[in-house]
Amino acid sequence: MKKRRLVVVGNGMAGMRTVEELLRLNPGLYDITVFGAEPHPNYNRILLSPVLTGEQTLRDIVLNDLDWYEGNGITLHLGRSITQINRSRREVIADDGSVTPYDRLLLATGSSPFVLPVPGKDLKGVITFRDIRDVNLMIEAAGRLKRAVVIGGGLLGLEAANGLATRGMDVSVVHLGETLLDRQLDGTAAALLQKSLRDRGLRFLMGRQTEAILDNGQGAVGGIRFKDGTEIETDLVVMAVGIRPNTALAHAAGIHTERGIVVNDTMQTFDPAIYAVGECVSHRGIAYGLVAPLFEQAKVAANHLAMFGIGRYAGSATSTKLKVTGIDLFSAGDFLGGPHTEVITLADYMGGVYKKLVIQDGRLVGACLYGDTLDGAWYLRLIREGTSIAALREQLMSGEDADNFAGRDHVPALALQE
Amino acid sequence: MDTATVQTTRSICCYCGTGCGVRIHSQGGQVRDISGDERHPSNLGKLCSKGRALAATVCQDGSRILTAQWRPDRTTPRRAIALEDACDLAAARLAETIVMHGPDAVGMYLSGQLLTEDYAVFNKLARALIGTNNIDTNSRLCMSSAVSGYKLTLGADAPPACYEDVDHAETVLIAGSNMAFAHPVLFRRLEAAKASRPDMKIIVVDPRRTDTCQVADLHLPILPGTDVALFHAMLNVMVRDGLINADYIAQHTEGFEILEQRIQAFAPDTVQDICGIPAQDIVRAAHWFGGARAALSFYTMGLNQSSSGTAKNTALIHLHLATGQIGRPGTGPFSLTGQPNAMGGREAGGMATLLPGHRDPANARHRDEVARLWGVDSLPSRPGKTAIEMFDAVLEGKIKVLWIAATNPAQSLPDQAKVRAALNKAELVIVQEAFANTETLEYADLVLPAATWPEKSGTVTNSERRISRVRAAIAPPGDACPDWRLVTRIARKIAERIAPHKTALFDYENEAQIFAEHARSTAGRDLDYSALDYAILDSDGPQQWPYRPGGSHASGRSVRLYADGIFPTSSGRAHFHDTQYVPVAENISPRYPLRLTSGRMRDQWHTMSRSGLVPSLTRHVEEPCLYLHPEDMQHHGLAQGELARLRTRRGQVILPVSGDEGLRPGHAFVHMHWGSGFIAGDGVNALANKVFDPISRQPELKHSAAGIEAVDFPWHAHAWVSGQVSMLRARLRPWLRRFPYAMLVPSAIGGEGVRLRLAGPDGISSALLQDLVRDLGLDQPDALFDDPARGIVRRLTRNGDKLKAWLLTGNTRACDALLQWADSGLAPASAAQVLMGRSGPVQRARIVCTCASVTDAAINEALAQGLGLEALKTTLKCGITCGSCLPEVRRMAAERTAAIEATP
Repeated sequence: MKKRRLVVVGNGMAGMRTVEELLRLNPGLYDITVFGAEPHPNYNRILLSPVLTGEQTLRDIVLNDLDWYEGNGITLHLGRSITQINRSRREVIADDGSVTPYDRLLLATGSSPFVLPVPGKDLKGVITFRDIRDVNLMIEAAGRLKRAVVIGGGLLGLEAANGLATRGMDVSVVHLGETLLDRQLDGTAAALLQKSLRDRGLRFLMGRQTEAILDNGQGAVGGIRFKDGTEIETDLVVMAVGIRPNTALAHAAGIHTERGIVVNDTMQTFDPAIYAVGECVSHRGIAYGLVAPLFEQAKVAANHLAMFGIGRYAGSATSTKLKVTGIDLFSAGDFLGGPHTEVITLADYMGGVYKKLVIQDGRLVGACLYGDTLDGAWYLRLIREGTSIAALREQLMSGEDADNFAGRDHVPALALQE
Repeated sequence: MDTATVQTTRSICCYCGTGCGVRIHSQGGQVRDISGDERHPSNLGKLCSKGRALAATVCQDGSRILTAQWRPDRTTPRRAIALEDACDLAAARLAETIVMHGPDAVGMYLSGQLLTEDYAVFNKLARALIGTNNIDTNSRLCMSSAVSGYKLTLGADAPPACYEDVDHAETVLIAGSNMAFAHPVLFRRLEAAKASRPDMKIIVVDPRRTDTCQVADLHLPILPGTDVALFHAMLNVMVRDGLINADYIAQHTEGFEILEQRIQAFAPDTVQDICGIPAQDIVRAAHWFGGARAALSFYTMGLNQSSSGTAKNTALIHLHLATGQIGRPGTGPFSLTGQPNAMGGREAGGMATLLPGHRDPANARHRDEVARLWGVDSLPSRPGKTAIEMFDAVLEGKIKVLWIAATNPAQSLPDQAKVRAALNKAELVIVQEAFANTETLEYADLVLPAATWPEKSGTVTNSERRISRVRAAIAPPGDACPDWRLVTRIARKIAERIAPHKTALFDYENEAQIFAEHARSTAGRDLDYSALDYAILDSDGPQQWPYRPGGSHASGRSVRLYADGIFPTSSGRAHFHDTQYVPVAENISPRYPLRLTSGRMRDQWHTMSRSGLVPSLTRHVEEPCLYLHPEDMQHHGLAQGELARLRTRRGQVILPVSGDEGLRPGHAFVHMHWGSGFIAGDGVNALANKVFDPISRQPELKHSAAGIEAVDFPWHAHAWVSGQVSMLRARLRPWLRRFPYAMLVPSAIGGEGVRLRLAGPDGISSALLQDLVRDLGLDQPDALFDDPARGIVRRLTRNGDKLKAWLLTGNTRACDALLQWADSGLAPASAAQVLMGRSGPVQRARIVCTCASVTDAAINEALAQGLGLEALKTTLKCGITCGSCLPEVRRMAAERTAAIEATP
């Protein structure tokens, strides 16, 4: 019997994790063809930050080298984008006009950095932070230019800012909100983070909305003007104001998309022959931008592609980590809490530690950790599994490995004797 | 004022009745230092831990009352008013009360801390102007049994011995006195005498094995209240074994036959079960006392604060009379006074039962004599109310205006519930006070700002009848004014209203004039010091009374009294009495099975209004505890530091328990100092019994039957805040009223600050927690661990490595680590770990030597290295400055030796 054909659009972490899982489950089922727009084999995108700081090299972050593709009989097209899906013919058409038929199609097109639609966005020296090319641009710029502004105080923006600063640039971070990482941290943790980054030499312009990127007179970046009228001079602008799932290809093929490509709990799109995973996906209304949910999705998609038909993806309790060496932060779940939640807080501001756990109905529902994230994984597990913490509450803040300080609750203060 | 030069002023310590001379070194109106006065015969330059710390008690800030204060009604807080207005107000209200309700509607409750001159004018105001004998002092709680004991037996209220007798005594009997703590400088002299004459026998009669016992050859751990039986039994043995002095009895006494009958029933074999002392120890004590060439006895509150205090004093004095151990060097019954000038008060007649010059208000001739001296027609004959009766009379509505000066009855009087009811009932409460922290101020309608030591000038008389000049070294702060000036100012204003011709009675220019008038009143009396004046005191230094005119030093002045065997009685003979043994007023019962006694701390004095201002003095005992024998703790299921409710028929307090093997099983002990300014409830005297001796009217503060039960509160809080004690105590004081267990104490940890402990049921509202956090200044903490749903709020603020404040609620097990941190300034690796109680156990050390800050841990370590007491003194420097810690260091050394010997 002729082998089934699986075409994967997207050579990133979600797509290749799905292929890996699939090969483990049912290695001989498909002839696999992979299209990657970047000229690199699959690499660990989340380690671009250490590459930018110089702590790691590109070679270090490759996940699947070319030998792996070859060894698994995978046909790999690098630097090749798919421009069209012909669903009725079950074919994809690449930017070179080549046509590749499929029995099953896996869309793992990822996402693209959002670029603010402001005047000057196309000037030389305005870049984003998404892939190896961006990193190389930044490294090159850092060697040449003095000042950089990163627009966006989210995870990527801060990592980019830290990387550029590490490479000797004078870096300012411009943020629309009043606190950094406003979707990942509460105000207290964000303040600690900001202080710590300020101590490393980063400058912050909070509550600023970018109005225009200014020309230095030579077609390159010279500065930024804000809505409040103030300006800042800079040689480089890194836009890190969010990502947009890449849905255009699917949308054009008539596949239902919303913010992302809409999938069901088996990661199947509205076309039963087409699956989708990763940052391009919208599952139960959520488009994830973090790595852990992608891997969970990959596992489910692989199972169904392998014709096992079991396993459902029910969404992820996500957690956040910032990859800036020496800064540990973690958040998960409903870390802000509300009127019906209880909060346990531990802080040592001099020691740069802040930990907040949110509890509802005897279960951990959120965590926000700064400075000491050792127990992040444990908290995430408790949140995911909805474990009752009644018996754990005393120990909860101390951590999973804390020896139990059992014993009498009240130990007398002083042994006083006349 | 010359701000550059240091001035030295010779004065007297303002604490106990030892009456130590001090030199006050001041500069630019500020006291710089205090040292002992080598030329003062009573202390020869020595001072105790409290006296040495006196400079630190001199304050001119919010710790003091700086202006007069008034509240027109009790729902509004008092506000500051001009002193002149306050005096007018007081005079108007007093005059109105006298006119409307009669003079006996006024009560004056004064203090053994007033100077003789203050007493003199207060007394004159009460009796010569107002026309009432309702004037009494806190000496009623202190010395009145000694007064009546002396008067009944020797004929006059006069301690016949002097401190020098310590150097001559062969046997010293210490009964009901923890001299090591209460009269440390005299105790140093006793230690020195014992060291130079090891054959000297020292007997200590005390229910507890106190530090005074360190010097004792024999400790008689007497059951409370059985002293009369013990002294009778000792006399029984002396009679039996021929140790009495029949010649002395025949020539100088009367009434011995009846007493001899009485004591036949008190053979040691019988008495041993009453007193809880083995018969052979009673016999040994009798032999040592009766067989001594010179026997001296010291006694104080253990005998006096009793419903049979007069009988106890009398029975002890019997021993001296029966053996002739009086009037010679090294002999005599020596009552140690608790206050700096209780003696002066007795001399000036500042008590309901006394008139100036050791006279009696019930005696018409005495009244006439004093009326003549004062230049008034007559003195009131209606008996005055003594302390307990005075507050009862307020409660009954008979006394409407209470004028309280220099004392703190809302802490010091027994049965606080009644006292406070009386203070609430009074129509007007005037409180004349120097310190802003006393419990009584809560009840004051009118506050008069008093000057205090070292701002006052006058005289005091110490335990050995020695009159010394107290001299002002600095000016009083704010509107504060010497007590006698406040009194005379108000007295003149009262006179203007009710008897204008008496206004001149209170025209004094200075203290010397008052003293001169007072001294004249002693003429011809047993204490006659009519020849004494300020000029002599200033030129010749302190003088013992009597100090008669014209007499040579041999006849007119006496180092010790009754050398000639002639007593100031009508017959010239001393009296024996048929003294009955009456047990304590309140026996133990199944519901109240413990015998509760109270006593002093080494480094604190009275209600701590002054000594509590010095952080270092809080080191020795850091917080209020209930002391129990370890067996009793076990019996009640209490571990060290756990909370227990201690209750008597009158009230209750909740305190942490602490084991004390110096207590007998079945006994409990609390320190007398802790009032409602330091703990929840009405203070430790809420427990005490106000039943009083029928003669001396002194209440039985020293014994109550008490019940105890463990209280297991689920929620605890412990906080420490650095900063000025007075300010912090004032801010945090409301927290003492919000929990069943609460404690707010000054602390030397980290320099100066306070500690607050609270305990109560679960379900502390987060609003209350927020208030607590705010009052502790912890709303912007540097580290925190909060779980408010479980009542947990743990926070600290710091300045670098130095802690500023912390709070632990929920459980407080991190407190030792935080106290250690606050004390040492050594920050732990993780403040968060400490707040979570995960920093591991910490053993805190306790300061034993306050002068050199030597801890028990350091002493024990040195002892473990084989160092002896002398080596400890040279290496650790403990016990070489004031010496107050020496008995304790000796005890620790002895315990170490005993422990080594017990090891097989």
